[in-house]
Amino acid sequence: MAAKGVIRKGEYFDSVTLMLVARDASKIDGVIDATIVMGTAQNKSILEMSEMLLDEFRDASDNDLIIAVKAKDEAAAVLGLKKTEELLEKSRQRTTDSSEYMPKSIESAINVLPGANMVIISVAGKYAAEEAMKALQHDLHVMIFSDNVPKDKTLEVKKLGREKGLLVMGPDCGTAIINGAPLGFANVVNRGDIGIVSAAGTGLQEVSSIISNEGSGISQGIGTGGIDMKIDFGGLSFLTGVEALIADPQTEVITLISKPPHPEVLERIGEVLKTNRKPVVAAFLGADPALVRSIGAIPASSLEEAALLSVSLSKGISMEQFNKEIEESENELKELAKGLAKQLRPEQKYVRGLFQGGTLAYETQVILKDMIGDINSNAPLDPRLRLADSWRSVGHTVVDLGEDEFTVGRPHPQIDFSLRNKRILEEARDKSVAIIYLDVVIGHGTNPNPGEELAPVISEARTAGNALIIVTVTGTDRDPQNKHKIVKMYRDAGAIVLERNASASRLAGYILQDPRGN
Amino acid sequence: MKTIDLFTSELKVINVGLTSFKESLEQEGVKVVQVDWRPPAGGDEEAMEALRRLMGK
Amino acid sequence: MHQPSQREVRVVDIAEANKEALRRLVSATPKLVGMGKAIDVVPGMKKNMLLHSGPPVTWDRMCGPMKGGVIAALIYEGMAHAKEEAETLAASGQIEFSPCHHHQAVGPMAGIVSPSMPVYIVENAAFGNTSYATMNEGLGKVLRMGAYSPDVIERLKWMEEVLYPTLDRAIRFLDGMDMKSIMAQALHMGDELHNRNRGATSLFYRAIAPAIVRTTSDPLVIERVLRFIDGNDHTFLNLAMATAKASLDPARSIEGSTMVVCMARNGTDFGIQVSGLGDEWFTAPAEVPPNALYFAGFTKEDANPDIGDSSIMETAGLGGFAIGAAPAIVQFTGGTPRDALNRTLSMYEITIGENTAYQVPYLNFRGTPTGIDIRLVVEKGLLPFIDTGIAHKDPGVGQVGAGLVDAPMGVFKKAIIAFSKMYA
Repeated sequence: MAAKGVIRKGEYFDSVTLMLVARDASKIDGVIDATIVMGTAQNKSILEMSEMLLDEFRDASDNDLIIAVKAKDEAAAVLGLKKTEELLEKSRQRTTDSSEYMPKSIESAINVLPGANMVIISVAGKYAAEEAMKALQHDLHVMIFSDNVPKDKTLEVKKLGREKGLLVMGPDCGTAIINGAPLGFANVVNRGDIGIVSAAGTGLQEVSSIISNEGSGISQGIGTGGIDMKIDFGGLSFLTGVEALIADPQTEVITLISKPPHPEVLERIGEVLKTNRKPVVAAFLGADPALVRSIGAIPASSLEEAALLSVSLSKGISMEQFNKEIEESENELKELAKGLAKQLRPEQKYVRGLFQGGTLAYETQVILKDMIGDINSNAPLDPRLRLADSWRSVGHTVVDLGEDEFTVGRPHPQIDFSLRNKRILEEARDKSVAIIYLDVVIGHGTNPNPGEELAPVISEARTAGNALIIVTVTGTDRDPQNKHKIVKMYRDAGAIVLERNASASRLAGYILQDPRGN
Repeated sequence: MKTIDLFTSELKVINVGLTSFKESLEQEGVKVVQVDWRPPAGGDEEAMEALRRLMGK
Repeated sequence: MHQPSQREVRVVDIAEANKEALRRLVSATPKLVGMGKAIDVVPGMKKNMLLHSGPPVTWDRMCGPMKGGVIAALIYEGMAHAKEEAETLAASGQIEFSPCHHHQAVGPMAGIVSPSMPVYIVENAAFGNTSYATMNEGLGKVLRMGAYSPDVIERLKWMEEVLYPTLDRAIRFLDGMDMKSIMAQALHMGDELHNRNRGATSLFYRAIAPAIVRTTSDPLVIERVLRFIDGNDHTFLNLAMATAKASLDPARSIEGSTMVVCMARNGTDFGIQVSGLGDEWFTAPAEVPPNALYFAGFTKEDANPDIGDSSIMETAGLGGFAIGAAPAIVQFTGGTPRDALNRTLSMYEITIGENTAYQVPYLNFRGTPTGIDIRLVVEKGLLPFIDTGIAHKDPGVGQVGAGLVDAPMGVFKKAIIAFSKMYA
């Protein structure tokens, strides 16, 4: 053990500053104790008690600063003393203020940001409703990202929102685009005259991205959360959203996205639409088109179709022209399928869809079931097709990796690719697999490096087996990730990349309908 | 403000929870303030329930 | 305290009740009118009674410094001659222990008040109530830190025989001293009046010195008294505490009010009292402040859990709540003056209102956050913090550090549950 010290003549520091520096100095590697005090008699006696009153200090006066360091050995003491002096210097230079006041509640946040009009809530479900009520009571709109909000509280919040004419986007709402701003997991899209109300997060991302990529734009993208359209909640948030778009002068076309709503809820939407003059496109995935028409909406059988229909309506393209373009691109898709199918071996029969986006997983099942038959899933269309083990594919399989069994204690698959990457390689080694199908949803909130984190896995999968890898990328060129680069990386790695889930699903369907391209 | 007013005003957001949402908005030039939130009553159910019963007074 | 029957529940307007509680607190007119001996002036004081800081506690549960203070007091009173004798007496049941707060008094650290000890008398004419506190002994080996050596006793004797009459004469000569005015000025001088009292002590010295000169004839006494005050920056602390207590007491027992009227620690328990809940104490274990700054040679292992009635300062909107006015102390938070302002700003979130008499210059002279509302504490999960000194856990060593410590959530949880049972 050794002690080293120095006197700094005539230097003054506030005693509190000195204690603070001493505290940090004691944490230096090898230092046992550090003392920095003015050379008063009292302080010198304290130093004496802890055996730090070196000879050179005895003559220190009240106006002198004593720095003493006790360390495990000579070298450590010398180094410790040097670092302590540096710390002391630094304490003098601290002129930069730390950050502004962070409010501890919504109330005080309103004082900090006057004119606040939206609250995004993503705290644990059991607290989210209370925070939402506070926001609504202050006449603020809310987006509730949180899930597992108790049912009775959810209803209370949605009811209050409806009463006050305020948006309640959620609970369980991951995506919204308000006044062009991305809220939650959302893409940077063009502004325009197509307004969307969506009970499906990645559904909103897909539709808004395609619309933007086609050169049209979004006025508002109102998310309602996945549970809103259930009879328990009666589409309360959805209805508020639809009414808002009907009244919004910027919105010329209204697009609705959801899984098939409860009949009563559908009827309520019909009621609201009675006063509406704007064209309405409804992608109630899997719903009977006749029912959709009965409420005055144009049925879209897929998210892609909903987007393209909305774009046509916005641009004033005739239905005839629209159908012609659809037919053309479908033929191209079939040609592509034929060529790809030739690459398959006889034993390759199955599609394995591994999804980040729940709505996309759902959509793909809806499309494929009519094309290739039963699709097993952990989030199946038909309960009888539920996978016995979500971690083990059987036959044609679609896995929603956003479901609870995969996400407990882990980040969402749109952020963390590791689980899916592992699964991809498992499927690649399975000789019965014809197609590995992947969705990649970019935009704010999602994985910042989807290219670097997936492309190498695609390469490895292509080496490990003969399965085709189809990737559908949801997003725009204005998203924080570089979409062009990503698409290229996946293609270079050997994947077939499209930018629409429905087309990509149909491609998979065409390939499997006619494997080996006969 | 009613929804229709929201659409014609500047969006100003209060973020309660995940800071990544705030960062995304800042990247897009939207005014946002982060709430330094902590659970009521340190998470105690009974205390929260007591508070709720008092809230209407 | 009247307990409601099963079906009976009070209907109250909490906001109105709190408004009244705050109004009373901020309208106080605290004046130091003189001094007296505890047995003569402190209500309910008895010959065999010792007052202590914090909520009620028995001898066997007392922490080291408080036991040391009890030993010192018993020796000082001549009821025991040595430590062992004092301990036996303290444990015998012959000595009655009672919280200072139950006798309109407050004491820092161990807060021991014994019958012969002189106390300051602070009157709140606005509401006709009075509060009491002993004189601050100084730093290091003192009774309030649990020291009981002969020099401690000797000093206490000097304070009783010399300091007390000198100060008392001077105070009365001045016709009393306005405490609020000193405290308000002190906040403009970088004090927060809990851990930093240098400005207030200086102002007190300026006011009392001429009066001492006029009312005491012996120059050696004058010199010693003045040097004594000068040598202890915390001289004013005890006066500030008595003032805070005097200001808060009229706000007690207001039906339906959720305002905290007392926060106090005895080194074992941390306790609060709430206006609408009468005299009931809500307690939780006192904690060792996790983020404190320790003096040379001391660490967290040496620290005693939170102790003292001095948290009455924060209860009255001062101390830690006014830390934005005391930039030098702010470094206990590990930050900058901006952090101190943020600390004070955060307390506005849990208080009923502001006290415009006590201002924070750096917040454009905004009144300090005043009147802790237990509902807001629970709702926001945001605890009041206290800017406090830390005693060594062994009796008689003295102060080992200082820092910001949060009041424990447990006391607020208990209080809100009790409140909802009584009123909801």
